[in-house]
Amino acid sequence: MTVQGSIQIVLLLAVLTAAAPLLGGYMARVFDGGTMRLTRVLGPVERGFYRVIRVDARQEQDWKAYARSLLVFSLLSWLALFLILRTQSVHPFNPSGFSAAPWDVTFNTSSSFVTNTNWQYYAGETTLSNFSQMAGLAVQNFLSAAVGIAVVVAVIRGISARSAKTLGNFWADMTRTVLYVLLPIAFVASIFFISQGMVQSLSPAKAFTSLEGVKQLITLGPVASQEAIKLLGTNGGGFFNVNSAMPFENPSGLTDFVSMFLLLLIPVSLPITFGRMVGARRQGWAIYGAMMIMLVVAIGIVYAAEGHGSVAQHLAGVNGGNFEGKETRFGIPSSSLFAAVTTVTSTGAVNAAMESLTGIGGAVPMANMMSGEVIFGGVGSGLYSMLLFVILAVFIAGLMVGRTPEFLGKKIAAREIKLTMVGTLATPLLILIASGIAIATTYGRRSIFNAGPQGFSETLYAYTSQANNNGSAFAGYTGFVQPNAPGNHGAFGITFADLLGGGTMMLARYLPILAVLAVAGALAGRRVSPAGPGTMRTDNGTFVVMLIGVILLVALLTFVPALLLGPIVQGLTNQVF
Amino acid sequence: MIDRSTRAARPTRSLLEPAILRTAVIDAAKKLHPRDMVHNPVMFVVEIGAVLTSIVWIVQAFGGSISGAGRDPAWYTLTVAIWLWLTVLFGNFAEAIAEGRGRAQAATLRAMRRDTVARLRDGGEKPAAELAPGDLVVVDAGETIPGDGTVVEGIASVDESAITGESAPVIREAGGDRSAVTGGTRVLSDHIVVEITQKPGESFLDRMIALVEGAARRKTPNEIALGILLAGLTLIFLLVIVALRPFADYAGTTTSLATLISLLVALIPTTIGALLSAIGIAGMDRLVRRNVLALSGRAVEASGDVDVLLLDKTGTITLGNRQASEFVAMPGVTMQELAEAAQLSSLADETPEGRSIVVLAKQQAGLRGRELAPHEARFVPFTAQTRMSGVDFDGTRLRKGAGDAIERWIVEEGGVNPPELRVEMDRIARDGGTPLAVARDNQALGVVHLQDIVKEGMRDRFDHLRAMGIRTVMVTGDNPLTAARIAQEAGVDDFLAQATPEAKLALIKEQQATGRMVAMTGDGTNDAPALAQADVGVAMNTGTQAAREAGNMVDLDSNPTKLIEIVEVGKQLLITRGALTTFSIANDVAKYFAILPAIFAATYAASGHATGPLDKLNIMSLGSPRSAIISAIVFNAIVIPMLVPLALRGVRYRPVGASALLRRNLLIYGLGGLIAPFAGIRLIDLIVHNLLGA
Repeated sequence: MTVQGSIQIVLLLAVLTAAAPLLGGYMARVFDGGTMRLTRVLGPVERGFYRVIRVDARQEQDWKAYARSLLVFSLLSWLALFLILRTQSVHPFNPSGFSAAPWDVTFNTSSSFVTNTNWQYYAGETTLSNFSQMAGLAVQNFLSAAVGIAVVVAVIRGISARSAKTLGNFWADMTRTVLYVLLPIAFVASIFFISQGMVQSLSPAKAFTSLEGVKQLITLGPVASQEAIKLLGTNGGGFFNVNSAMPFENPSGLTDFVSMFLLLLIPVSLPITFGRMVGARRQGWAIYGAMMIMLVVAIGIVYAAEGHGSVAQHLAGVNGGNFEGKETRFGIPSSSLFAAVTTVTSTGAVNAAMESLTGIGGAVPMANMMSGEVIFGGVGSGLYSMLLFVILAVFIAGLMVGRTPEFLGKKIAAREIKLTMVGTLATPLLILIASGIAIATTYGRRSIFNAGPQGFSETLYAYTSQANNNGSAFAGYTGFVQPNAPGNHGAFGITFADLLGGGTMMLARYLPILAVLAVAGALAGRRVSPAGPGTMRTDNGTFVVMLIGVILLVALLTFVPALLLGPIVQGLTNQVF
Repeated sequence: MIDRSTRAARPTRSLLEPAILRTAVIDAAKKLHPRDMVHNPVMFVVEIGAVLTSIVWIVQAFGGSISGAGRDPAWYTLTVAIWLWLTVLFGNFAEAIAEGRGRAQAATLRAMRRDTVARLRDGGEKPAAELAPGDLVVVDAGETIPGDGTVVEGIASVDESAITGESAPVIREAGGDRSAVTGGTRVLSDHIVVEITQKPGESFLDRMIALVEGAARRKTPNEIALGILLAGLTLIFLLVIVALRPFADYAGTTTSLATLISLLVALIPTTIGALLSAIGIAGMDRLVRRNVLALSGRAVEASGDVDVLLLDKTGTITLGNRQASEFVAMPGVTMQELAEAAQLSSLADETPEGRSIVVLAKQQAGLRGRELAPHEARFVPFTAQTRMSGVDFDGTRLRKGAGDAIERWIVEEGGVNPPELRVEMDRIARDGGTPLAVARDNQALGVVHLQDIVKEGMRDRFDHLRAMGIRTVMVTGDNPLTAARIAQEAGVDDFLAQATPEAKLALIKEQQATGRMVAMTGDGTNDAPALAQADVGVAMNTGTQAAREAGNMVDLDSNPTKLIEIVEVGKQLLITRGALTTFSIANDVAKYFAILPAIFAATYAASGHATGPLDKLNIMSLGSPRSAIISAIVFNAIVIPMLVPLALRGVRYRPVGASALLRRNLLIYGLGGLIAPFAGIRLIDLIVHNLLGA
């Protein structure tokens, strides 16, 4: 660990902590229907849009109606994306003349971008046209992020509602999120990225001859505009295959820092929004604190592991830190930091090869995801998943103070616990089932590249990442085989991996959403008991410790055997696999 | 009056009585039936695991093998099977002990429910079991009252020791608040006519038996929620184990069925799963041993949530009997006149206050208690509405009662209240006394000063309650000044003065509307609406049938301060569940460290090495992989009987704030649960490996 590296880490977290109350407060105003400076400009756009889609934004929905709207919207999004990708060859802006990817890969990709996962079995520069990137993926980057935020806003309303049984209006929440939160920030970020040298072009690939005399094609595209929302919306799907390790997608140390800032920005702000909207600011900060403690520990472990290198490396005569798979422009600190923040938030963008991390260093990104993406997590999804863990912690801890457990004055009863269990266990169950099937069957093993624990980690990581809607890849797990033919002819997908992954992403996205909306529906309008000395506080240090304990014991404990057989065994051995 | 200090206590049972233990062992085995086990998903999974392991062992014992079950030595499979069965049995045993203690109590009760034949007042006889509401039965001295009901004629002393454990007889009489009688109790003297109020088979005694036996036990809301949590955890760990097989296969490690099941059983929350129902039954039992009958488990849980306690001043906060200490005459009225009027109006007043007035009049004015011939006097009884009592004779009407009630009376009668009346009453009230105004027709004669004595130690108890987060509200018929003075002296948080039943009900509703849970005690018929409205309504057993029906608990000792203990029992119940759940989940860490390195000790071993990288995680340095696994499941099993006493007794409750309580319990049961199994498993391994050679 170097001083310079540590300063970078502290600086990032400090800047975020300063930004969180600003954006958090702003979002609280947006979702409480308040007026902002932007309303003057965008208000007419907002109202005009409601007229076009024929929605009364003031029409309150109960949780079922809210969930129905969400599912209908997601289904339409999915179909639209699937269609765009499958008919790629007839659309404009296809300078390389790519044909459409096979149906199974498209199934996976559509599921991936609609669920805010951005798992990519394909390489962007050799598979997708600019039209597909812009009209297909970038649009979903906005919309899937907005869905996550809409859900958490509905959940916050349910928790705070004292008499109303309704959670707000899905269409209004979506519109306001895109219009007042995502678009303005993404716009500013894009301009900044372009100023730093990020590519933004619709020109065809440039051909040139390298110094060694090899002819190379350099793909250009609308990168900067997509990059901003890729990070801001915790999507993570890169324009290029190597994602943020590519100079066109992440030109400098500064853009690297801003990238990390952007991908954490909304997730760190939402707990503050929560505190404001429920009228308990300390509560928002307590949740923020629990998340921050876990993040700092995660960063510390990756950084220490990468800075130290592995036993096997040392035996092979490589001393010092682990530089394998890292961009020399960024080095160990920035790569470790990026690996941690991209996996705690369900972003999945990478600026280094996850597969090349040391055993222990590689265990952390997995553990970050396995904790249920609650360490800040994805936009919206991180907080709503965390709130389910808060309810679990409240329940167990609440019993220990001798009262029927209550959160913010609302009693937690059997129905909420049932739904909370569905919401918190769906993802781990799906990971275990999917990776169990994938590792046990020959169909699954076809996707594995390496042998031994590394191959196991590839599988485990693939399904952990997809089930947690993260989208970062360990590499080495294949769902799409592309020959070097022009226009991508002759490419085929590995159907098993594509379908299993696609199905996992969808179930793992929508089951928890339905569960958490139902919890919000149950809590909405429930009687609020006033707090007294006999009420357990959920905004102090003791509760933060309890909350972290519950996350570790209930979520992470589930994956100890799997982690042992993958990254940990590698961290403890001097053998090379 | 009954002197509470001499009353016979219900015989206390030691925590683990040999007779109960013996029956419990047999019951534990009987409960292995899947029909019973299926109600407890956690332990049902253990039982299925035990069955599967046993089958594997039987096949192995005959020299065969089952594909996929692994190639363990038969002794290992047998050891695992035995300890899995023991785990299930220990759980059943815990439940059986808790039930056994209730059943012993029920047996005592049942013994006195003899089949009596009731004599109907209108002639004829009817077996007690067939009595219906509305039947009028005659009971003479020496006979057992055939069913629950209300005395409609006569007065009798009744021996209720069978139900209350109280040896001194109590008076039951027609009318008023002491008219309820309970089936199974015995009339000692006199003759009464009882109107039956119970439906056949639903008597107080029947309900009491069903309750302590656990037959009427339904899972409480909180217990259901916790059950769901535990079932969810069991499901996820089941998947962990199912997925572990292909994971291990991929790593080239064979896993045996016995070992995988051991890991599963170690991980699922068996400790709390085994003790959950015992905790619930024991909670009820703790109340019964305090002579409180909770008519629903929901009420016991609710009592832990109480935010506000409504306590009657008289008998709860102050000693029941106020004493008259002073007569203050109005100008123009002689002391003699006032004392005489006060005495006459109190002749029919059998309350301690009434009697103390008679005594004071005798002492101060030399008046002897006089008899008024019944034909010329009509006594006006006290009611909660008029709040005064008195006597009419020879055209003169004497009244004594609450100051404002008398003032209103005088005005209604066309008289004028002398200003001195209000002055004197306020002075007495400010001193914490109770002023009683006395009037003759439309003339105010003066004021009687009743002194109230606050019970010792009440301030401490209220301080405790405040630390628990419970506000106390004193309810009294006194005027606001007196109430304020006594409230201050006793240290309650708030008071409701000049309380009528309606005001009491309104107060409860008001508190509930702000989200607070309210508990109260009551005995009179006019308490019934408030008792029904309160979240926890404790009816006194001496109270009327209406009150006992309205409340959700009955205190057989009729001791209003019992409410504080009830709240503690409710809290204890929840704390015990939470503490053991935390303990159970925290245990998993150590069990992973014991079992996983054992399973994967040789995985990815470099050629020429017996152990692989994961053997380094055997931080407890357990002797061998098999002894490690056996030690873990032995620990998992024996921790259940070791915690039975805690489950039955309940985690000790301390009246400190919620935050301090959580910190403390987290340290003991969370941190303790993390550390204890490391020590326990290591210790067991010493025996299993070093002594027995596994």
